[in-house]
Amino acid sequence: MGLELYLDLLSQPCRAVYIFAKKNRIPFELRTVELLKGQHRSDAFAQVNPLRKVPALKDGEFTLAESVAILLYLSRKYKAPDHWYPEDLQARARVDEYLAWQHTALRSSCTRAMWQKMMFPVFLGERVPPETLASTLAELDSCLQLLEDKFLKDQDFLTGPHISVADLVAITELMHPVSAGCQIFKSRPKLAAWYKRVEAAVGEDLFQEAHAVVMKAKDLPPADTAMKEMLKPLVQVLLR
Amino acid sequence: MGMELYLDLLSASCRAVYIFVKKNNIPFDFQFVDLLQGHHHSKEYMEINPLKKLPSLKDGNFILSESVAILLYLCRKYSAPSHWYPPDLHMRARVDEFMAWQHTAIQLPMSKILWIKLLIPMITGEEVPAGKTKEILDEVNKNMQLFEEKFLQDKMFITGDNISLADVVALVEMMQPMAGNHNVFHNSPKLAEWRTRVELTIGSGLFLEAHERLKKLTEWDCSTLDPTVKERVSKLLQKFK
Repeated sequence: MGLELYLDLLSQPCRAVYIFAKKNRIPFELRTVELLKGQHRSDAFAQVNPLRKVPALKDGEFTLAESVAILLYLSRKYKAPDHWYPEDLQARARVDEYLAWQHTALRSSCTRAMWQKMMFPVFLGERVPPETLASTLAELDSCLQLLEDKFLKDQDFLTGPHISVADLVAITELMHPVSAGCQIFKSRPKLAAWYKRVEAAVGEDLFQEAHAVVMKAKDLPPADTAMKEMLKPLVQVLLR
Repeated sequence: MGMELYLDLLSASCRAVYIFVKKNNIPFDFQFVDLLQGHHHSKEYMEINPLKKLPSLKDGNFILSESVAILLYLCRKYSAPSHWYPPDLHMRARVDEFMAWQHTAIQLPMSKILWIKLLIPMITGEEVPAGKTKEILDEVNKNMQLFEEKFLQDKMFITGDNISLADVVALVEMMQPMAGNHNVFHNSPKLAEWRTRVELTIGSGLFLEAHERLKKLTEWDCSTLDPTVKERVSKLLQKFK
């Protein structure tokens, strides 16, 4: 059995891994783990990732969790072109810096924005207090400002003149609120231009393919009682 | 001016960087940014790091934030012994995996315990409701169990026989609740042993030195706290209610 990637393209970090693997022509078996059906909670999946999260990788006997770790593993093992994770000391540090920061910053606000704006009302039929949504969108806005001011600045890509794994991780996050109808690029021309550059560098077809599932999330049929029950613990966390 | 590190050892991320540079005899200038005085929000510091967080590194014109990035940069620049960030593909991936997971699974909840058990009561005079406290403690216990079962298993250290960056980062974060009189190791003899092992490998003297300020946090006279900061902490308390 070759390389297996356990993914649900609904999830941002899964999309980053998918795009990276496809773009670099890394051969893999796609194992879909449907989050909304709770498949990540199964005992079978726990054998692959005891943390019960996606993405996860299985390479022979070796299993690996965490998208950042997976991206770096793939780039090393398959000797991806240098720009993805540059050898240069300072350029690499810039990528590491972004990859570390985003866990508690952009990741958090993008997930909550998408769920609070769309998944709760449309999919779960749950009301989100307007103050909560407003606060989340304000937080997202601050993160986007930091993304522009501290990371992108006047560069073509987040960490320099070339696309890196940092851009993949960031763009896939931003597509989450976009899928919920948040017009995050409307008043941010600099970020919008960066988005176009990333999409072009990845390839429009691959980019669209990776985002097909999340862009259709608003058309999901409402969750049934069983699904709602299963997603209850998530509801608490995402309503902050 | 040599390499500068902007630190307050109250922060676990700062302690990880401090321990690493001292252990590896990396020369640096210690720039103290007092978290208790809110100096990380000062204009001067924001010029170093607009994210207003610690630690930061300044190496000539190169400024870097995020402890994980700083640790990797230092490892590479100063060619630290390879066990810190092993060249083996799988072992290195394990370090990366832990370093990614810990942001939300270890650092955040451990820090919350300190706030709940010490800082919020100290600053606002009020306790966080027991239900909320239990919720966070349950999360921490669950993640400590995952740490033991998935990351440590039956090994001496996370990557096997030698200490790596992952062990240092893990331990300093798990020390944070100690200032709130909460010991996350007492349920697991295996984790307690790992803790001792990491401490001894780092060197008890250095480890104690790095944790001195955290230990003394209970003695902090917060009456001098800026009223706007006190206000923000009260708002934080409301979030927990």
